Amino acid sequence: MSEGATVPESAFIEVDRVEKVFDVRRRTGFLQRELRRVRAVDAISFTVARGEMVGYIGPNGAGKSTTIKMLTGILTPSGGRLRVAGIDPSRERTRLAHRIGVVFGQRTTLWWDLPLIDSYRLMHRMYRIPDGRYRENLDRLVELLDLSALLEVPVRQLSLGQRMRGDIAAALLHDPEVLYLDEPTIGLDVVSKARVREFLRELNTERGTTVLLTTHDLQDIEQLCSRVMVIDHGRLVYDGALAGLHEAGESERTLVVDLERELPPVEVGEAARVVKVDGPRQWLAFPASESAAPLVARIAAEYPLVDLSVREPDIEAVIARMYQDRETARETVVQAPGNS
Amino acid sequence: MGSARLYATVAAGGFRRYATYRVATAAGVFTNTVFGLILVYTYLALWDERPHLGGYDQAQAVTYVWLGQALFATLAIQGGGFETELMERIRTGEVAIDLYRPADLQAWWLAGDLGRALFQLLGRGVLPFVFGALFFPTALPHDPVIWAAFAVTIGLAMVVSFGIRFLVALSGFWLMDGTGAVQVLMVTGMFFSGMALPLNAFPQPLGDIVTLLPWSALLQMPADVLMGRTDPLFAFVFQAGWAVVLLAVGRLVQGAATRRVVVQGG
Ligand SMILES: Nc1ncnc2c1ncn2[C@@H]1O[C@H](COP(=O)(O)OP(=O)(O)O)[C@@H](O)[C@H]1O
Ligand SMILES: [Mg+2]
Repeated sequence: MSEGATVPESAFIEVDRVEKVFDVRRRTGFLQRELRRVRAVDAISFTVARGEMVGYIGPNGAGKSTTIKMLTGILTPSGGRLRVAGIDPSRERTRLAHRIGVVFGQRTTLWWDLPLIDSYRLMHRMYRIPDGRYRENLDRLVELLDLSALLEVPVRQLSLGQRMRGDIAAALLHDPEVLYLDEPTIGLDVVSKARVREFLRELNTERGTTVLLTTHDLQDIEQLCSRVMVIDHGRLVYDGALAGLHEAGESERTLVVDLERELPPVEVGEAARVVKVDGPRQWLAFPASESAAPLVARIAAEYPLVDLSVREPDIEAVIARMYQDRETARETVVQAPGNS
Repeated sequence: MGSARLYATVAAGGFRRYATYRVATAAGVFTNTVFGLILVYTYLALWDERPHLGGYDQAQAVTYVWLGQALFATLAIQGGGFETELMERIRTGEVAIDLYRPADLQAWWLAGDLGRALFQLLGRGVLPFVFGALFFPTALPHDPVIWAAFAVTIGLAMVVSFGIRFLVALSGFWLMDGTGAVQVLMVTGMFFSGMALPLNAFPQPLGDIVTLLPWSALLQMPADVLMGRTDPLFAFVFQAGWAVVLLAVGRLVQGAATRRVVVQGG
């Protein structure tokens, strides 16, 4: 543990200009091969402090899983520097394994044909967890993840959501300091998703486990993470607070006003523009970074206002927009205020 | 030893995984018994024509048949153990997950396969063998020392069998399609292990050559020890020698495969 002491708390995970280039050989004809280089991760840098919960989002093929694999040590970076708890993952994969937990949403580490409990007994031996600690952790996880009725059920008979909970428990029995989750909510129904999220929030706040989670479900991020990193085509295009993502994506909020009667579109100058009118109801778009208060005050003063509501921007659209911008502008990382 | 307990748990898991498939086990017992009957009558006809073929009398030939049926699934002579699963994990890239666990890949699969083999010996092998011994004249020893030596040769045969199949499975890292390797495994297993015909009944010089190959450690060695035709010590050395060679080569290939996975991502 002596190395652990030298790891700064603020850079528990340290990723410095890390790259991963895959050589893909393709057959293009008889005896003809074509070599293509795929830059899956392209000079990414970030740090994660101990106890943080960070969302890592991006479209399919963006490089999320490749990043996670490098952070576990099962993939060596082609360039750059990587440290997790002070350990170089690919050089000391086994030593690191005792300190991290990993859940791959589309793959299970559980024994397919055997009852769930058998996989846990295996983890007990594999991570050499002291008996008392094992019992304690198992009891706690079984309770929090509601697994008690499932322990004797063969894994192949579990539903996807049940298996995900089973996998999460398996990854946490040895008290890892960091938990990586690669698409933990993929394919889950609403109830299972909510349960997994609730558990992760508790894990992070109660036990201080550092959590890095990839997803393309934005609700995961909205409900769990105060910090989000966006990756696209192997490049980090945003790293900061969730709120700042809206500004970065130049997104707009919508003010919906109900007037006393049908009127022509309201006139509020530059502050907002009417995007839709339906009878006495009108929709006004205004920048997400602006406060709604002055706008509301002005409309209330000048128009017969009956009711109003503000709609937050669809974050999905925000990111889609950011991707578009990148396509055209090829800009570098957008640094949001208040974060590294 | 922490890792001994880990691999014991893996082996127990391997045993129990196969034990859960009761219908498949019952079907296997039935199949091996039927095949045993077919082979026994074929052999009896053959040995009628050529008495003392390969130095066996009829009772020894019959014993050989039932032993072959008992060990067919146990030693996965035509494949059908962990290797299909490992090849599938290699094909889908799931093998990468196995790598981040703090366990040795080869030891992990060996332990699991020994568990499977032990289950198939007890669950699938014993019954056809007892059936054969009850209904046909066989040549079984009375000396418990011979039985003990025989048990050792079975254990070693399990390791040799694993060593061969581990190499076949690892070929999946370099071959686009593993079905070819599996087919080669099936044919060589059937032929060189003496499953179709005892190796000592092979024409010379083929017989001498196949006797030296690792497959002869599977069925021929345990059979010859059981029927007192080979010095058990020689059998142990021969089998252990092949086991060590195969495991060592497997380790080298595994190292190369692992390097490939961590660089190329599977
Ligand atoms: N082992 C590999 N060999 C070649 N290309 C790969 C390999 N793994 C991933 N890639 C490519 O790298 C890119 C990023 O993949 P990935 O990290 O899986 O994306 P994500 O998890 O964000 O969907 C994709 O273009 C993918 O095709
Ligand atoms: Mg992915």
